[in-house]
This record gives sequence, C-alpha cells and structure tokens, in this order.
Amino acid sequence: MEAQYARDVYGKTLVELGKKHNNIVVFDADLSGSTRTSFFRKEFPERFFNFGVAEQNMVASAAGLASCGKIVFVSTFAMFATARALDQVRNSVCLNKANVKIVATHGGITVGEDGASHQALEDINLFRAIPNMQIIVPADGPEAREAVITAYNTPGPFYIRLGRSKIPSLENRGEFVLGKGVCLENGKDIAIVACGIMVQQALEATAALKKEGVNATVVNMASLKPIDSELIIAVAKKCNKLIVCEEHQVTGGLYSAVCEVLAQSYPVRIDRIGVENQFGQSGSPKELMEFYGLTANFIVEKAKKLLR
Amino acid sequence: MKNKVKHLKSKATEIRKLIIKMLTRAKSGHPGGSLSSTDIISCLYFDVIRHDPKNPKWPGRDRFHLSKGHCCPALYAALALNGYFSDKELMTLRKLGSMLQGHPDTVTPGIEVASGSLGQGLSVALGMAIGAKLDKADWRTYCLMGDGEIQEGNIWEAAMAAAHFKLDNLCGVLDYNHFQIDGRVEDIMNLEPITNKWESFGWHVIQCDGHNIEELLDAFSKAASIKQKPTIIIAQTVKGKGVSFMEHVADFHGRAPSPEEEKIALKELSDIDEDEKNIQ
Repeated sequence: MEAQYARDVYGKTLVELGKKHNNIVVFDADLSGSTRTSFFRKEFPERFFNFGVAEQNMVASAAGLASCGKIVFVSTFAMFATARALDQVRNSVCLNKANVKIVATHGGITVGEDGASHQALEDINLFRAIPNMQIIVPADGPEAREAVITAYNTPGPFYIRLGRSKIPSLENRGEFVLGKGVCLENGKDIAIVACGIMVQQALEATAALKKEGVNATVVNMASLKPIDSELIIAVAKKCNKLIVCEEHQVTGGLYSAVCEVLAQSYPVRIDRIGVENQFGQSGSPKELMEFYGLTANFIVEKAKKLLR
Repeated sequence: MKNKVKHLKSKATEIRKLIIKMLTRAKSGHPGGSLSSTDIISCLYFDVIRHDPKNPKWPGRDRFHLSKGHCCPALYAALALNGYFSDKELMTLRKLGSMLQGHPDTVTPGIEVASGSLGQGLSVALGMAIGAKLDKADWRTYCLMGDGEIQEGNIWEAAMAAAHFKLDNLCGVLDYNHFQIDGRVEDIMNLEPITNKWESFGWHVIQCDGHNIEELLDAFSKAASIKQKPTIIIAQTVKGKGVSFMEHVADFHGRAPSPEEEKIALKELSDIDEDEKNIQ
C-alpha cells in the first residue's frame, strides 16, 4: 500500500485534464505550491491565475468566468475555500449552478502543527447545506484522481476535500461513482461508514474486531452529496448498528448525513467518531488523531459498546 | 448625436415609469437606486453594449453585470423594452414563480449571473473579462456598482486584481447617489477621496454626471479606448431621480410607492417627457 499525497495526485490530474481540454482554467490564492496547482501553472501559465490572498474575489471571479463556458478549478486550503468565501460560494457559484470546482487541500485535523485556525472541521457542514453543491471526500490518492475527473465531467459546483498528509492507497477500493458508496468489507454484525482518511482507520478497526469474532461492514462514502441513501439503508437493515467516522465536527458532516437518511427511512442505533464540538490545536497528525479520538482503537471501543 | 440623446432620454423616462409601476404592484423593492441608475442603464442597453435580444446567449455579446442587484427593476425594464421578454412580465415582479425575481437571477432571459449579495459583482465581472481575454474576443464587460456597496471588502480585492490582470476590457460604473439604507453615505461610512482610491488601485477614473446622456456616452467611449488598465466611471447621481418626493430621500432606498404616490410620480415623469419633446 503505497502512501502518497492526494494533492500531488490532484496537481497531476489537472495537468492530465488540461492537456485534453482547453476549457479548463485554474485559480489559486497564493497557495499553489501547497495545493499543487503549481503543476498546472508550469504547463499552462496562460490558463492559471493567482489571486493572491483574496479567496472571496477568487471564488466570485470563478463564477463569472464559468458563465463564459470555462470549467474553473479553484484551490486553496479548505479553511479559506469554505468559511472565508462562503457567501461567494452560495450566491455566485451555487445559485448560478456555475461550473466551479473547488478542490481544497489541508482539510481536517491532520493539517497538524499549524493548529486550530488552519484545521477545517466545519467545511463539509457549511457546503452540505447549499443547494446544487456536490461534495466528495476521497479516501486515497487514486480516488482523488477519479473525483477530480468526475467533477470535470459533471456539470455544476463541486467541493473536493483533500488532506495535507500522505495517505496509503486502499486495496480493492473499487471505482468512484458520484452518489455511490462502496462496501470494502461485508460483515453482518456492525456497519462502519467512513470517508477520507477515516476509511483506512475503519479497515484497521475491522481487522481488530475480526480477531474478536466481530464481522463488520465497511462503507467508503466518498460521495457525501449526493449521498448513497440506498446503500446506507441496506447496511442498516443488514447490521442494525452503525458507526460513522469522519475527520470533521460531528455536526453537519457525514454522521449528520447518515442520520438524516436513517431517521427518515430506517432508524437504528448509530454512534459516531469525529471531533466533538471543539477546535483543534497544534501537534503531529498522528498525535492529533489520537487526542481527538479518531483512530482505529476508538472505533473498536465504540463498536464493542454498541454491540453490548 | 442629438437624436440619439433624445432617444436615450425618452427610453430612460419609459424605464422610470415602468420602475414606478412595477414596484407599486410588487409592494416592495428599491425605487431610489433604480431611478438613480436609470440613465446609465438606458445608455448601456440602448446604445453602448452590443447584444442580441433574440439570441441572449450570442457568444460575441458584451456582458453587463448588475452588482447592485437590488436595482434590478431598472434592468428588467430595459430588458423588456429591448424585447428579451414581454413587458407583461414586468408586472409579475417579486411574485411567486415569476421570471423576475426580487434580485437578479438567471431565470430571466438576459441575466448572465445572479446577484444581490453586495460586493461580489465586480469579481464576477472580472471573471467574465478574463474569459474574453482567454478567448482573445473583443467583447467588453460592464459592471454597475452602488456607492454603499463598495464599502464591502470584496470590491477592493476585485479592484486590485482587475488592475493586476490589466483588464482593459472591464468597465466599472459607480452609481454615486450618496445615499444608503441608513442615511447619507458620507455619514454611514465615507468613501472619499473616492477618485484617489480607484486611481491608487490602478484604475483609470472618469468622472461624469450620471444623468447627463452626452457625458455618459462620452465616458463609455473614452473607457473603451483606455488600454492596459480597467476603467471606472464615477457617475454622480441623484437617488430617486425623476420623482420629486423620492429625490435625495433615504427612505425610498427600499420602500415601494403607494398607489397615490404612483399617480403623482407617473404624472411628474409624463411632464418630464412632454418637456423633453417640446425642446427641439
């Protein structure tokens, strides 16, 4: 399982798409080195615009350019792409169904040492409430590539959330399809629904549970919006107990999305792994995952509790 | 030129009458800024911009973006008078299911991008101007802003970027009517020295009387000749222009006329029209 930066994959995928399609334009806000849009800038300087540290202007300008038939990829850190430019995303991008694809890096707590101000933990919540927005949180590098290509090929606004750190590529992940989750394990005792880096943790937890005779289903729900309601209901019917895992506040993200589906259609017992209504802090990604209860061990503990 | 000016003046009066009628029926909306921007919109939609109302998506069209979206009654009237849609639609303004929303939306033929949340429009317009440059196309982008609106920080981000990207195909217009909802702009949040601000951000600045058709046409023509930098036309206007009891009155920023006020307003506007016709 080779680990790689999903943002490296993003940069390379942009170049790949840029070679095929003249209508791709890329905007960044002074973070092109970190987001890897610099790869595109080097290949296609005439189709790259650096907006400096001005995310609101960047996002609204992207909506204007998209109205001229371009497909605009907009990148910065997740914190600034979402919270800083929220009004522009809502009113200039989503209200117009603009072909603006926001691919943000440095999502979640694993931003690490930069601390709370840079750890986007509310981004999915903010965007999930906006009509017309489509949201993908890829679980590994190759899935990031498929998500970016999907966003290019699918009309309308997208938010793709990538992390800062390297992530291992998952085996047998299957193909990413917008609006579809994928079962990576098929146990009957409990279902674990996860996205992003938490899919890996869910798989590790499943391996540990197996040793104790507990068989879990693991769903990679990279497509948060539209979400795969059918699959969520199916695994709820099969397992009757769920744990949802995300590198995000427990309000408004994947846990909320799964609860919304099940509350309406098939209520079951459901617990969560996520950041519990608090800000992050400085630390290494590994330390922070432990501190905020986001590792496989915590999933195992919650699973056992739910099964008691 | 004389005939053109006369034509644009009479179109402006038609727009003003429609604004009053639309807002009276809608029972809400923004007459003050709609009336102050009417002559600017009349010049743009009946002379300056290249467009094809029968083919609103004609790729070679100039783009107009109403950043001060609340003044859309003036724009809707201009679009209807150009034949983008039937003028019967105008009286559905702000009603459920109408193609004429309270703030601009792409459901209206001729509206490029929705607006209404202030401060974003100059960014949207600069995105359009980038689009023309990328396609090496010669169409221009016009963006109408309000004076209260440019208190938004986003405007100044866009101002910096448009100059940085040397977008000489972008022309901003400031409808400087000196009133915002809560009172005089000078008292709420002063914009002066406004010319220096735009110049220091790298823009070419043209000052004009926003109700003088000759001055406006001259300003638009000069703006098109400026190279390597964007241009802003700072148009001095009168809030509520054309209706005596609305002029310079902050209350009419966001209050619709009553049926009685409508009658008086329409009479005044008809008188203006008569006066114009008699000046030969």
